[in-house]
Parts: sequence; structure tokens; C-alpha cells
Amino acid sequence: MASGIRKRVVPGFGLSLGLTLAYTGVMVLIPMASLVFQSSSLGWSEFWAAVTDPRILASYRVSFVCSFVAACINAVFGLLLAWVLVRYRFPGRRILDGLIELPFALPTAVAGISLTALYSNKGFLGKPLEDIGIKVAYTQVGIIIALTFIGLPFIVRAVQPVLEEMDSCYEEAALILGASRTRVFFTVILPEILPAALTGFGLAFGRGLGEYGSVIFIAGNMPYKTEIAPLLIMTKLEQFNYDEATAVALVMLVASFAVMFLVNCVQSRKLRYLGHD
Amino acid sequence: MYVKITGINKRFGDFPAVQDATFTIRRGALAALLGPSGSGKTTLLRMIAGLEHPDSGDIVVDDRRLNDIAPSQRGVGFVFQHYALFRYMTVFDNIAFGLKVKKMPRAAIRQRVEELLTLVGMAGLAKRYPAQLSGGQRQRVAFARAIAPSPHLLLLDEPFAAIDAKVRRELRVWLRDMVGKLNLTSIFVTHDQDEAIEVADEIIVTNQGRVEQRGAPVELYRAPATPFVTGFIGDSIQLDNCQLIKGFEELGPVPGAVRPEFIGVFHPEAEIPYANSAIDAKVVRLAFRGDTFEVGLDLRGCPLTARYALDSRPIAVGEIVKVLVWRLYAFTGERVALVNNNCTGDHPQGYSYVI
Amino acid sequence: MRRKPEGLWAWILILISAAFLVLMLIAPLAVVLTESLREGLKVFRAAISDFYAVRALYLTLEVTLVTVILNTLFGVVAAWALTRFNFRGKRLLITIIDIPFAVSPVIAGLIFILTFGRMSALNPWLQANDIKVVFAIPGIVLATVFVTFPFVAREIIPVLEARGTEEEEAAVLMGAGLFTIFWRVTFPHLRWALLYSVILCTARAMGEFGAVSVVSGRLRGKTLTLPLHVEILYDEYHFGPAFAVASLLVMAAVVILAARNLVEWLAKKERR
Repeated sequence: MASGIRKRVVPGFGLSLGLTLAYTGVMVLIPMASLVFQSSSLGWSEFWAAVTDPRILASYRVSFVCSFVAACINAVFGLLLAWVLVRYRFPGRRILDGLIELPFALPTAVAGISLTALYSNKGFLGKPLEDIGIKVAYTQVGIIIALTFIGLPFIVRAVQPVLEEMDSCYEEAALILGASRTRVFFTVILPEILPAALTGFGLAFGRGLGEYGSVIFIAGNMPYKTEIAPLLIMTKLEQFNYDEATAVALVMLVASFAVMFLVNCVQSRKLRYLGHD
Repeated sequence: MYVKITGINKRFGDFPAVQDATFTIRRGALAALLGPSGSGKTTLLRMIAGLEHPDSGDIVVDDRRLNDIAPSQRGVGFVFQHYALFRYMTVFDNIAFGLKVKKMPRAAIRQRVEELLTLVGMAGLAKRYPAQLSGGQRQRVAFARAIAPSPHLLLLDEPFAAIDAKVRRELRVWLRDMVGKLNLTSIFVTHDQDEAIEVADEIIVTNQGRVEQRGAPVELYRAPATPFVTGFIGDSIQLDNCQLIKGFEELGPVPGAVRPEFIGVFHPEAEIPYANSAIDAKVVRLAFRGDTFEVGLDLRGCPLTARYALDSRPIAVGEIVKVLVWRLYAFTGERVALVNNNCTGDHPQGYSYVI
Repeated sequence: MRRKPEGLWAWILILISAAFLVLMLIAPLAVVLTESLREGLKVFRAAISDFYAVRALYLTLEVTLVTVILNTLFGVVAAWALTRFNFRGKRLLITIIDIPFAVSPVIAGLIFILTFGRMSALNPWLQANDIKVVFAIPGIVLATVFVTFPFVAREIIPVLEARGTEEEEAAVLMGAGLFTIFWRVTFPHLRWALLYSVILCTARAMGEFGAVSVVSGRLRGKTLTLPLHVEILYDEYHFGPAFAVASLLVMAAVVILAARNLVEWLAKKERR
């Protein structure tokens, strides 16, 4: 009689889902599982000792603080860039717009060495900065600059489409009602773009936490001061200390997933208050 | 009967989209599946096409049970709500698609497509892309594409919904003529009762997943089978209690409905037949409707809408007029009875059920 | 009334933005080029025609090619499964596909060491069959594939999702098979998004550093990709050659960026 199995009209369900699951399993799930598997071979006390080692704690702090500051800088300039690129027509706009993705396209190692050359005490920007007493290369400032470079596209690209699609009638309505431009920005425009900006912020922050290539050259990698967590994983690996590397990695992973989870929450909340479902 | 739908059930998760749907359609008929949104009409149509599968029940077309036959083997043509024209193919390629898939020889395809283009009045537009066409033109292409492989049954999902009002009227007439010319059994889905009444030979009214009634448009209008159909087809005003109307006291406190033409409105000084059954009502609204006035009445707190002939003695808003309700629909549960005013003496024993 | 300051403010904001971009993006690019030529054209030419540099270039191109092909095929297949059908666990699968975005490149390398390295349960079998994954090219490919895993799928899923399935259903009703439906009906909608995502995937695969440096083992001439080659030259204080090789990558990045913008422009034009 009637079908117990739900038949599907468009062909290729079994094939495409099967291939997807197999490839995802081999490429993502099994390797990720090996991380959990490896860490389970570590006892709880060893794990705790490994992740609370002062040098490791210091590296978490460096990673978090620098990523956060960089994401904040990007939030400010990202909003500004998105605004300028969407709202104003000026010569060179296309070029600026096209440049935004450069940090995605440029290999991170190349970014790392060029930022180091640029900000070292002999560099084009590093020298004048040092003259006024700001050391960039081999300090946390350097890490922040590298992470700002890496995270730059996230917020711009998250906010841009929202601004573009924003109906200018609300703005015009507010202006007609006599609100000042500043007020319009904070009461009408900002609430619209805030969820997208937060999403971009989360993505930039998450990327910063894990970033390696662009940071290690400019950081100087001094333990307790400018050593980032991913570098510590690398160092442990080079010493064939897989257990501790895994332990540090697991903590980083949990942190990254937490950031991702928050980003998803923001996105679903945004959908609610913008009335989509 | 050409199309026989028997005991169809379909759930989407917890939502019963179609419940125990049973109806038939004559060969060569143009039938409408009419109902409000969420009534299961589109799901029914998609099940006939094979785009959804019923949980139980039979779909039989031309004595062939279609349930387990692949959509492409059912011999149905389908016009999608938004036409689903292949955006990256020309009009020609869109219409030719089904024929190419069937491996028809090139020359034959060319000939058939040109024939169809002429039929739908689109000759010369073969090289256009769907984006370069107007809504009405797209609909014609979708129609031509659906009938190109010579289906036995044509299904159309809200065929006029995406078209603006002016073109819609033209297209309705066009579709009627076209289906008539091809003598092709067709079913279309619509939520617009005017559209169904104007275009269809048969209407199947659906509501909340159930088939409420099937019949010719006139039948549905004259003898609605359920309170829902009464309200959905044609104009009517719901009554909470039929007893309130003079001449229907015997009915008891049942709900019902009245159509405007069931109500006679008389100038206060006019000669009235069955004067003892007439009731006083106040005119609260008077709107010119071309051939008649539409009169809004307040009958002891019950609002009614009636018609008043242009050449009758003029009445004004605020005036008290005499009203006589000739007949009404009385609801008992899910059944509907057409009841005549007992003062007219046609049905001294009260009322009789219709269908 | 407010027109004038608005114009002035606009220009100030534009200037700040432009200055920021020049400082953050253009300056590093310019530095690579000036540094690469600082020690003269001869050093530059020697550096980029160096045997190991050329080997690294070829390895990078090979790894990129394999990665992009694998992930493009995967992206299309996954998008088909995830947008043409409804099934239980769909949201979970989408989340899993996104995981590599949340994973640090170093951790991406680490998990392949753990899966295929000395510690792994697979190791005896791999040794018995003389298969080297870690500190060899397969490991580099795996790590690169992992890092760029969601790129294509993520880009084309929304495109297919937004379109619904009516066109495919229409084609099914007319008797078309999977292959015909995909090529004739679905693919034309995808091509710009696909091209776009392939470009992004290429950029990332070509430049991947963290993940690859974990699994590579840095065998000169064997498992060095171009970014790793740059790092080694730099760490050995061969700054001129390091920047010379880096300038190749910069040029590739600029080409990719230009291609990306071209594709975006063409796609927008077609939509209009």
C-alpha cells in the first residue's frame, strides 16, 4: 500500500547525501575525533596541569586580549568603511572596495613578514613610531596590528549588505520628523546594522584567536609577553609533546566554538527582531 | 469519471495538510480546487502530479492508479505558481525541454515548439529569455511548456496569482478558451472565488485539509453543503440566531446566513406582500453599485446587507424601512438547509435539507 | 540646512577611511615589493628561480589544484543534498560543515598529526603499507582541504536555498534525469557563486601556512610550499630572497583579488 518510505521527487538524494556524509566524516569528523581521543589518554590532573601552566595561561591571555582589542578596532573602522563605501560616491571607491578582501587573499606568512618589516624599528612606519616612543614590532601592539589586518574584512563585509539594503525611507522619515543626523544614526541606523556588526565582530575575534601565520613574525614570541596560544601548540608539537599540545588545543577549540555559538545566537536573535523567521 | 481521488491523507509532521479527500472530475472538465491558504489545495495538486506522496488513499486517472508511478510517467503537465521557467534558457528551449528529454527528433521538436508558440500567441519571441517577458507572457510560456509533451491532464498551481489585476482578467478568459480548444482535462488551484466561478466548470472547495463540497459553480452558490461554503462562495451575512428574523421562529436558535438577494427592502409607504411578516429596519449605509444600491441595514441590532432597485422609491440613510427575508440558510452542525419564510406558505412544515 | 557640513563630514570620513586602508593594506603590499628589490634585481631573480623555490611553487600549485577540485566537488554535492531535500539532522550537518572555520590552522594541522602520525591507531597499518601521510604531501593536502573545507559549500548553499526547488521539479515532471537537471537547470544559477567561491578557496589554499607548517616537516625540495619557503628564508635572515618569493605570492593575491572583483561585477551585471 502507501509508502512507508518518503519518496523524494528531485533525484540524487541518496547519492549526494551519502557522498557528503562520507567526505565530511573523513575530512572533518574523524580528525576532530582524534583530538578528543588523544586528550582522553591524558588523565584529568595531567590535563589540568597542562592547561593551567603559567606560561600557557599567559599565552591565552595574550591571544584573548589582542584578538579582542583588534576586533574592537575593526568594529570602529569596519563600520566607518562600510558606511563610506555604501553611502558616498567618490573617485577611487571601487578600488577601496575591491581592496577590502586583500587580507583573505594574501598568504598570512607574507602578511606577517611585511608587517614586521613595516613596523620594525628600521621600518617605514616603525621608525617614526619608535621616535615618539611607541614600539610596535615584537610587542603586543604588533600582535594587535597583525590581527587587525587579518580581521579587517569581516565587519565591513558583514555590515555592507545590510546598509545597502536598508530602506532610506526610515532615515528620511526620521529627518522629516526633525531628528538630527547624529541622532538618526544612533536611533535608526545603528540598531539595524548592530546584529551584522556583532556577527562580524565575533568572526574577526574568532579568527584572531586561532591566527598563526601573520602573528608569529611580528610578535617576537617572548614567553609570558608576546607568545600566542597557537604558537605554544606548535612549540609543544616540535618537542613531540603531543599530549600537552592536544590539551592546549582543546581549550582553544572550546573557546572558538563558544565564540561561534554566540555569533549564531546573535544571528538568530537578529532574525527575530527584524521579523524574519 | 476521469480523475478519481479517494481517501487521500497527507501530514507534514504534526500538521494534517489533507484529510480524507475524495472527489472526482469529468473528462475534459476544467476544475478548480478552491480554498483559503493552508486548506491543502496545493498539496492535493502536487500529489496528483507526484511531487508529494500521499500517506494513504488512491489517485486514479483514466483508470490508472498513479500512486506508485514516477512523476514523469504520469502524463501530467504542471504550471507552477511562479511558473518555474528555466531562467537560463530561451523561450524556445524552455518549451523544447520536455521534448528533448523524451529524445524527440530535432525537426519534430522545432515544429512542435513553433506550433505551440503560435497557439499561445508568442510567435517571434522564441529567442527571448524569461526575464525579458511580461508576467502574462511568462504564463503563456509556462502553459506551452506544460502542454508540449501532450499530457493527459494539466495541473495549474495558482496560475494567475503572480499577475497584476488587469492582465489577470484577460488571462482567465484566455486559459478557458485554450483549455476548451485542446479539450484537455485540467485542474487549477486558486484562493479566489471569483476566479474559480468565472473559469471553472467544476469547483472543489477545500478547507482545513478537507474537501467541503464539489459541484458546478451554480450548484455551490445555490446549494452550499456546509457553512464554510456558504460563506466562501458568493456574498452572505452570517446570522448568530435565525429565530430573530420574522418568519423563521420555528427554526430554533440556530446560526445561519443570508444572501443579499434573499432580502426584500421596501419603502415604508410601499405596498408589501405578506405585510405581517415584514420587519422594521434602519438604513445605516447606502452605496451606489451601478445597477442597484447596496443597503446596509440594522435589523434589531443585527447588521444585514441587501440590494435595492434603482427605480424604486428613494430611501435615505437613517430612514426606517420594511424588510422581508424571503429565505435563509440555516446551519445545523456541518449541514446547511435552505429555508423559506413560512409566511410565504411554500413550506408550511418548516424546512427541507438541500443536498 | 544640513547639506554643507554633511558634505564636509563626508569628505573627512572618506579621507579617514582611505588613510586607514592605505596604512593597513597598501603599505604592507608596498613593503613587500620594495624589500624584494632592495638587494637588487639579481638577488630577486636568483631567489625566484632558485631550485627549491621552483619546487615549492610547483608543490603549492599541485596542492592548491587538488584541494580546490576536491572541495568544489564536495561543495556542489553537499549543496545539492542540503538544499534540494529535507531530512532529519540537516542543521547539524550544516554546523559540522562549518567547523573548520572555527578551528585554528595550527589545530587543523595537529588533528592530522594525531590521526595519521606516530601516535595514531592507524600508524601500524600505514607503516605496513608504506604510506606516508604526515610530514609528506598527503598530509599537506589533507590539512589544506580541511582549512578550506566549507568555502564552496557555504557560498553556494544560500544561492540554491534562495531559489527553491520549483525549476528542478518542473524538469522532473518532464522526465529529466539527475545529470540533465543539474547541468541544464541548476548549474547555470550556480556558476557565478561557484566561480567566486573557487577563487576564494584558491587564495586560501595557496596561502595556507599554519596548518601546513604543522604537517609539512619542512623537508626542503619535498614538503615545502611557497609560504613555508618564505618563512625558512626569512628565519635564516635571507630577507631579500624571502621578500622576492613573497612578492610572487603578493602578485598571485592581487590577481585573485582582481578576479574576485571581476566575477562579482559580472554577476551583478547579469542579474540586472
